[in-house]
Amino acid sequence: MEDQNQILNNITEQEYKYGFVTDIETDTIPRGLNEEIVRLISAKKEEPEWMTEYRLKAYAHWKTLPMPSWAHLDIPEIDYQDIIYYAAPRTTPKYNSLDEVDPELLATFEKLGIPLEERMALAGVAVDAVMDSVSVKTTFKDTLSELGIVFCSMSEAVRDYPDLVRKYLGSVVPYTDNFFAALNAAVFSDGSFCYIPKGVRCPMELSTYFRINAAGTGQFERTLIVADEGAYVSYLEGCTAPRRDENQLHAAVVEIVVMKDAEVKYSTVQNWYPGDKDGKGGIYNFVTKRGICRGENARLSWTQVETGSAITWKYPSCILAGDNSVGEFYSVALTNNFQQADTGTKMIHLGKNTRSRIVSKGISAGRSQNSYRGLVKVGRKAEGARNYSQCDSLLIGDRCGAHTFPYLEVENKSAVVEHEATTSKISEDQLFYCNQRGLSTEDAVALIVGGYAREVLNKLPMEFAIEAQKLLSVSLEGTVG
Amino acid sequence: MLEIKNLHCNVENKEILRGINLSVQAGEVHAIMGPNGSGKSTLASVLAGNEKFEVTQGEVMFEGMNLLDMSIEERARAGLFLGFQYPVEIPGVSMANFMKVAVNERRKYLGLDPLSSTDFLRMMREKGKIVELDSKLTSRAVNEGFSGGEKKKNEIFQMAMLDPKLAILDETDSGLDIDALRIVATGVTKLHRPDNATIVITHYQRLLDYIVPDYVHVLYKGRIIYSGTKELALKLEAEGYDWLINQYQ
Repeated sequence: MEDQNQILNNITEQEYKYGFVTDIETDTIPRGLNEEIVRLISAKKEEPEWMTEYRLKAYAHWKTLPMPSWAHLDIPEIDYQDIIYYAAPRTTPKYNSLDEVDPELLATFEKLGIPLEERMALAGVAVDAVMDSVSVKTTFKDTLSELGIVFCSMSEAVRDYPDLVRKYLGSVVPYTDNFFAALNAAVFSDGSFCYIPKGVRCPMELSTYFRINAAGTGQFERTLIVADEGAYVSYLEGCTAPRRDENQLHAAVVEIVVMKDAEVKYSTVQNWYPGDKDGKGGIYNFVTKRGICRGENARLSWTQVETGSAITWKYPSCILAGDNSVGEFYSVALTNNFQQADTGTKMIHLGKNTRSRIVSKGISAGRSQNSYRGLVKVGRKAEGARNYSQCDSLLIGDRCGAHTFPYLEVENKSAVVEHEATTSKISEDQLFYCNQRGLSTEDAVALIVGGYAREVLNKLPMEFAIEAQKLLSVSLEGTVG
Repeated sequence: MLEIKNLHCNVENKEILRGINLSVQAGEVHAIMGPNGSGKSTLASVLAGNEKFEVTQGEVMFEGMNLLDMSIEERARAGLFLGFQYPVEIPGVSMANFMKVAVNERRKYLGLDPLSSTDFLRMMREKGKIVELDSKLTSRAVNEGFSGGEKKKNEIFQMAMLDPKLAILDETDSGLDIDALRIVATGVTKLHRPDNATIVITHYQRLLDYIVPDYVHVLYKGRIIYSGTKELALKLEAEGYDWLINQYQ
């Protein structure tokens, strides 16, 4: 047993592989947050009056809110006046070809294993790569615009599609929603905007790679996706961040609107810097993600693979307003060393015959704490609503924790709500069996964990699934050895 | 190929093996029999390197290497295979994925390049035939939802894939019906060659009708108390172990 624990420790103590800083000049503003800063951000982004007003209202509201403390997280005090709220690469012009892009930046993507050109050619993925806060490169725009699809940075959307942005921004996650949503609304730097018109099926996976780079800069991404009637889109978001000693705050908001007969699949691979093996540094990831199925037969599916961040606070949710609408949440959350994660979902059933499915797979290693928190709410009018939830926890070693907090609020008697939960450990017998077939313990753990998470990984688009599988094993290297 | 000298081992401070001596040459089949609790499965586990067992004395040479100095996976890669009495399930991991890693580790040890996916799948199909393993089983998760018979066939299938120098089959016949027993046992026979060796651990002579041993050893209280040829197994089947145990005491 002692040996086993030693082995597990070794794998878990693997250092973060993507820790490096890219040396690109950045344009930053003074530290701290006040009305002037909010105005300055808005001005730097050359925003219209209504946007500035929106930010200011959000800021005023944020000032009235306390930091939430209900999660199963131990959050060090954050000094919001010690954060730089805006950073943009100094060379901001749009590029027409790859040759014009800063080679340092391209090299960074290389190191991350995200060669843009390869992705463009092989995978047919349109990439809106976000480096720090300003959108650097957008591809496949032409193909998309022929179909009437809008896929651009949020800044561009505010400038070029003000009516769409005004109509939907804050409609799913209002700035009054919570502390971090208010903060984001006040200071959001950039993000992605996507609009799929009626009846259009987006022919390619849309993806954005976010990356924090400037030291001490918070990252406040804002994403808005709207799928009009009968539209379909699969959207991928993935990120890795360079290593840093200082804690970095990340408070993103993602809003999704799904109209009648439309479908949105949103997949995330999150690999922000988790801190070192002693729990020093790492990203604080406080994200609000929510989508609404507004019309009949609308479908929204969240898939996430969470391996990074020192602290994760994140509950991608579905409001099932339209009759017969469907919400899904598939999650793998892996915590190692001193990482803490409190993640899950909310399924709010409002329409008739709405269905939701939750599959959560937690993996805890090292001294980490991993919590699933999920709410299934069935409203009074949601006749025939159904939910199935499955929450599994896998423990690696004996110093980590796994917790499950399911909440049920059912106000309609016809609802059927099921919940299953399991907790397991990687058994010594499994490891012995794998070793006896010639597999190293490290490979065995990666394989067993991959098998455990397979149901969720299978929901990811192919190339993402492979990346995610790699990420799981990289994140576990050192836990067993 | 395998030379065991005076092997002693403990489990939770209780001595289970108390001086095993055994020599296995290439091309040979050895059967180890003996009453329950005599240490047969322990011997198999110790040879495979299971860390639950503490070797307190003795020496084991395998292909000229000191086996006891090698990790579990090093032993496996060097060509030592253990057919498990109770194969474990690994949910969500397909047999194909599992075997691909295993086969390529073995190949790496032998200085061979990893197999291409096409070659690997062809090999899976061919080797599956040896134990009449339904090709659907190989796309399922490792042992998950397999019947008792399927699990045992799957062990021999893995043996065929890995092509070991020495296979130790721990009660591979337990829990098999007559047809499955025939398939599993003939599978083992098909894999037998002059350059490899097999140790079968069994309670029953019926397995040895198919896998004809060169030597039969009787293990009792952690020692080999008697060795003979295949006729010994027949005599044990007819008369039990008492006559040997009485003689030993």
